[in-house]
Amino acid sequence: MAIAGDLPRRRWRVPTGALPYLLSLPALLVCIGILIPFATAAWYSLQRYRLSQPWNRGMNWGENYLNFLSDPGFWNTLQVSLTYAFLTVGIELVLGLGIALLLKKSTRLNNFISIMLLMPLMTAPALAALMWKLMTNANFGILSYFAASIGLEDFRWGSDPSTALFTVILVDVWVYTPFIMILLLAGLRSLPTQPFEAAELDGVPRFQQFWRITLPMLMPYILTASLFRLLDSIQQFDIIYALTQGGPGDTLMVFQVEAYLNFFQSTNIGRSAALMMILWAITFFLSNLFVKNWLRLRARARGEI
Amino acid sequence: MDHATPLERWLRGIALALVVLFFMFPIFWIVLMSLQTNETILRTPPSMVFEPTLSNYSAIIAGRLDSNVASMGIEFMSNLKNSIILSTFSVALALLLGVPAAYAFARHKFRGSEDIAFTLLSFRFAPPLLVLLPLTLYFQQIGLADTYVGLIWVYQLICLPLILWIVRGYFEDISPDVEHAYRIAGHSWFATFRRIALPLAGPGIAAAGLLAFIFAWNNFVFALVLASADKQPVTVGALAFVTASGIQYGQIAAAIVLSIAPTLALALYAQRYLVEGLSLGAVKG
Repeated sequence: MAIAGDLPRRRWRVPTGALPYLLSLPALLVCIGILIPFATAAWYSLQRYRLSQPWNRGMNWGENYLNFLSDPGFWNTLQVSLTYAFLTVGIELVLGLGIALLLKKSTRLNNFISIMLLMPLMTAPALAALMWKLMTNANFGILSYFAASIGLEDFRWGSDPSTALFTVILVDVWVYTPFIMILLLAGLRSLPTQPFEAAELDGVPRFQQFWRITLPMLMPYILTASLFRLLDSIQQFDIIYALTQGGPGDTLMVFQVEAYLNFFQSTNIGRSAALMMILWAITFFLSNLFVKNWLRLRARARGEI
Repeated sequence: MDHATPLERWLRGIALALVVLFFMFPIFWIVLMSLQTNETILRTPPSMVFEPTLSNYSAIIAGRLDSNVASMGIEFMSNLKNSIILSTFSVALALLLGVPAAYAFARHKFRGSEDIAFTLLSFRFAPPLLVLLPLTLYFQQIGLADTYVGLIWVYQLICLPLILWIVRGYFEDISPDVEHAYRIAGHSWFATFRRIALPLAGPGIAAAGLLAFIFAWNNFVFALVLASADKQPVTVGALAFVTASGIQYGQIAAAIVLSIAPTLALALYAQRYLVEGLSLGAVKG
């Protein structure tokens, strides 16, 4: 860069070392504004703080967290959130892998179908929940009609505690299976062909090829896709809130719905903040796992390893 | 695959048909429903034979619904307008902030660059309500509550990480040699960025922008917490509409169709980039 200094066109110039900082500073500043509420949330979680009782506000340090230990509501939230997250991701993984295998061959029809399947994924989850709410409406919903016609006369979908979880998981599966499918399909199509040709020549049965070759080679994609979905799923809010608002009763009180209702309905800000901190700790752990896998996959996609 | 037995081909065909049926049926059904009057919707058994009508759409676009009982106003068009304003300006701001930052992360390995990039990425994964709930209290104090500016700022949590990480990948794919040559020819750093780097990464920037637009449009929780009725986008507005209108099922369906049509159209248009964008560049489509 010695030449650059001798050029006549040098108006104001930034020291080269500072340039990258200057470029990334605006983006960072915008987000630091967001970090302040994060610190506030951590602070609130250590307080006895109800909007309805401002006189009673004060530090109670870890009491909000300690109370969770003996609070059946909290254990219910934890259990529902984990059940929801693992069931959705598990089902979506099996379905997504199955569909990706069906569509593996790059024919015109298969490519057309894989593009069509993007549509649920691009539907806003809250709106998807509303669509399913209409479809399961007891008066005219087409799914209620189907359920009745196969003998499930009294199948009440989201409004019955015994089937509410099934219903929201169904919507989640509808929206997000395509996500896992397109990631695994891209992974499948990027696998080298030689191992499969060799196995074919040796007469290895198709079933064995799948377990011994396809699955291990696809593992990095499966891991990244499932961790990504797990991170989202444990924080699910839109689908559950739009479909049942966490009900009936407390059947679907996942973390974010519970914290939202604590904040706006019972205005118990301390408890709400403590709930979110626990969810944050879970997602922080998961996102570290995810980022490690994702970086490895990203480096591979870019041909660095 | 070429020596599949006929039975196997049949099974594959049936499986694919079931997959298409499951994933396409809800969209198909909601479109059908939006073209019906309440009488045909409520018929049992449900039937595909009906006289299609656009009355639901015209009621929504006109903003009022006249029935034989009473007439009520529908605010849905303003929700649609809010969605367009919020998504467009959020993406514009995110591009303005994110593209230079992405360039800095791609080209200059400066001290702390990875840490900053990961801090920005971590916003993508943190529970949104953790930040949103205290933010409502702050926004009320500083007067940003229920303003477009406040919402667009918070929407950066969705748009910025996406744009930053996708565009960064595109910049890293461009060989820096061209830029060096241009610099040595005596052009300023900014001219190099504008004339060489930006056009080369153009498709990536466009794809990231489209994806960010889709995610901003589909967002629900930010506006639910921070916006009141006159600033709400379609996702929140549709829910309120369902509660308010009670039994106007045809209009509800039409409102949902109008709300999902823009993102579906954009997704089909940009499908080539979706795989890469959705995985933040981890999987090449």
